[in-house]
Amino acid sequence: MGLAADLWQAYRLRLQRRRLLYRALRKRRQLRAVSVRTNAIKPAHILAAMTVRDEAVRLPHFLDHYRALGVDHFLIVDNGSTDGSAEFLAKQPDVSLWSTDASYKAARFGVDWLTWLQIRFAHGHWCLTLDADEILIYPYHDTRPLPALTAWLDAQGHRAFPAMMLDMYPKGPIDAEPYEQGADPFRILEWFDSGNYVIQIQDPKRNLWIQGGPRARCFFADNPRLAPTLNKTPLVKWNRRFVYVNSTHSLLPRGLNETYDFGSGEGPSGVLLHTKFLNTVVERSRIEKDRQEHFARSQDYAGYYDQVAAAPTLWCADSSRLVGWRQLESMGLMSRGGWL
Amino acid sequence: MTIGVVMLVHTAFDRAEQVIRHWVSGGCPVVVHVDKNVSTTVYDSFVTAVADLPEVQFSKRHRCEWGTWGLVAATQSASEKLLANFPDVRHVYLASGSCMPLRPIAELKRYLDERPRTDFIESATTADVPWTVGGLDEERFTLRFPFSWKKNRYLFDRYVEFQRRIRFRRRIPAGLVPHMGSQWWCLTRQTLSAILQDPDRPMFDRYFKKVWIPDESYFQTLSRLYSQKIESRSLTLSKFDFQGKPHIFYDDHLQLLRRSDCFVARKIWPRANMLYDTFLGPNSSAGTMAEPNPGKIDRIFARAVERRLRGRQGLYMQSRFPNEFWDSRFTSAPYSVFEGFTELFEDFEPWLARATGARVHGHIYAKEAVEFEGRQTTFTGALSSSPVLRDYHPQMFLRNLVWNTRGERQCFQFGPGDNQAVSWDLAKDPNAQISVISGAWAIPLFQSNRNFADLRTEAADLQKIESDHLEALRSIYAKSRVRIWTMAEFIESPMELLQTVIDEIGIRDARRLTEAPRLVELKGFGQFLQNLKNQGMHPYLMGDFPVESAPDNRRQSPRKPYLVR
Repeated sequence: MGLAADLWQAYRLRLQRRRLLYRALRKRRQLRAVSVRTNAIKPAHILAAMTVRDEAVRLPHFLDHYRALGVDHFLIVDNGSTDGSAEFLAKQPDVSLWSTDASYKAARFGVDWLTWLQIRFAHGHWCLTLDADEILIYPYHDTRPLPALTAWLDAQGHRAFPAMMLDMYPKGPIDAEPYEQGADPFRILEWFDSGNYVIQIQDPKRNLWIQGGPRARCFFADNPRLAPTLNKTPLVKWNRRFVYVNSTHSLLPRGLNETYDFGSGEGPSGVLLHTKFLNTVVERSRIEKDRQEHFARSQDYAGYYDQVAAAPTLWCADSSRLVGWRQLESMGLMSRGGWL
Repeated sequence: MTIGVVMLVHTAFDRAEQVIRHWVSGGCPVVVHVDKNVSTTVYDSFVTAVADLPEVQFSKRHRCEWGTWGLVAATQSASEKLLANFPDVRHVYLASGSCMPLRPIAELKRYLDERPRTDFIESATTADVPWTVGGLDEERFTLRFPFSWKKNRYLFDRYVEFQRRIRFRRRIPAGLVPHMGSQWWCLTRQTLSAILQDPDRPMFDRYFKKVWIPDESYFQTLSRLYSQKIESRSLTLSKFDFQGKPHIFYDDHLQLLRRSDCFVARKIWPRANMLYDTFLGPNSSAGTMAEPNPGKIDRIFARAVERRLRGRQGLYMQSRFPNEFWDSRFTSAPYSVFEGFTELFEDFEPWLARATGARVHGHIYAKEAVEFEGRQTTFTGALSSSPVLRDYHPQMFLRNLVWNTRGERQCFQFGPGDNQAVSWDLAKDPNAQISVISGAWAIPLFQSNRNFADLRTEAADLQKIESDHLEALRSIYAKSRVRIWTMAEFIESPMELLQTVIDEIGIRDARRLTEAPRLVELKGFGQFLQNLKNQGMHPYLMGDFPVESAPDNRRQSPRKPYLVR
């Protein structure tokens, strides 16, 4: 690309970023404070931001996991839960909770709300942006909590830490084993696809685009382009001028997306274990199909919801059983990237 | 006689205090330097915290920024105070707040008592050290560095460039030979006081104030003037990554640190509770008088750097996406591609599997299905046999296949009837071993029961596709190991040529081939080709087949094995 075209592109992305920031500014009116404890946030604290809707069954394990990793404060938007999620969260001492009944899709899948909260509270903090069904693990996560990782990332001059989503599933039909609230979901979701991912670079934001895994294999074998995007950048040293563009798949400014080494080396990365395929997903799919709140072109995904609602078996003879991060690292799904 | 500790502290004061108490309990006085950037309140509370220890003193505070003179000035002040106030001290150990003794202080004392005149300071001339990061080695001593590398990188770089252009060179003071090394040393009173009390010190100081990273060269250079015996190594284990930043040690490094037998290590993560509890706890005695041996754990650090800079070849993932200019290897391991063999031999796949022990697939790029070994619906890594998924990104499919089966040789069939998207990638991949029997695609046509007009069209298409593919294999960009025979050439001496291919795979016991795959019946094939010609389509990729006599393919006695090399 010529210099002029490159500058023009950069300018357009800048406009896009500012437009998204402005949008977040407007959407702040949709948020109603429920229990705000942001005074507890101290300068070096690590934050986690997310939007939830009816995730009561996952929340206890989710919070336990991230507290153990060293997240100091959670910024959570409750999008009209009816299963007690909001009441549960409001009671947690390290959670600040907002609520809204506005459209999840119209708020760019909750990103607008979170962007506003991040502008206000996350400036200068390392901040995780998550969904309730995403469990982050990274090299040495069992012995080194997040502050160790973020201090090292700071020293290396990294501003963002990527993690691929890894869909976890049980051996039998996905509704065979009921999940008990608070239990370790990976006692049921033991299996994953280790090596069927497709990776491309997407211009103009230069983010990776990873697809594949059991959902591509089972639900999108006839149209792989529609298969869900798996690349994510959940952990960012936040600046109030940053903005997620498309869920947490890509960011602006675009330099934040270059978390991969494009020479021959390996950068650091983790994995987001995806606990979507607990038995509750079957019931959930029936609801979500009608709500049409989860994909930009929801009608393309009607078949997908139908298939999930039929409680399929995702397991195949070549599935791998989760052992730990060292296994995932040796399989090339994450990398320590020079962190010793 | 004892050891005195000069400790530079700028953060994690609770840990620094813990380490100070450990040194003191081992009978070592400590003079602490606290960075002037630290606020007075923090400093005062730190001073109060260790006020109960008479052996701990605080020196004049200097502003310390990485790579600047402040660190040397801090060391000088603290050392002077230590030497003046603690006459018992024979060795002075320079440490930081994030250094941690790994072995009992008594062992260190005994070690130094046995070497009372030895200075432990890593000190090498610039010509001899490969470890400088950033490219400035000798120029550290001959240029001026008034701008901060950390805060003013742009001016720093421009000013270096400017000095290079005008060929500016500082004069190195007479008698000095610049040496560099780790900033963590242990010097004898004699050497250290000689450096500090040198009448020429103002001149040396003036010179080193403008040297880049003087804390890695000031004492390293001057100790060469006075020391009776220099051991050019540091007693402090300190490792750097590829950017020259120190590796940090965490709880999971416990065994690694033990194994090194070093006396002191840095940097320790302040929240590595297990390390602090273990090494500073009451029963930390290793009991052995082993020589420090950081070399034992070097391999592990080298591997980490290797992983960061070189990565795992052929791996594409969330944090590695090599572009083809940097990493021309498309895949992670060697594999073999066979073209035309399944057409020419009736039972080629099982035969090849028996002969090589490799994983033998069919046409994995076939249009209708991915023909994995045994025609499984999924393969290692949960690769799907769906051709749509494969064709969504044919390159990634091959990379995944080879990556997932690391350690096992993969062989697969390829031909003009398959998806050709990877044609060039195969040609350019140094990991590919490609053996082609050109024109063999005509055999299934010959055997089929279809109308000749259709056969003629299809033959023309296939010949075009294969000739394009062969062009890729023969191009100057091709890096794969390619062997191409025409069909006529190949059936002249199939066993010898098969032996060549199998030998090149180089698997396990290079057995001599005793059993041959069965050639298909070719009687009438010459006539079939002639018919194509008569219809105006000239098949040429298979070589010359006479119209009448088909080759005798029923010979059962095995030929003499073909010997390679």
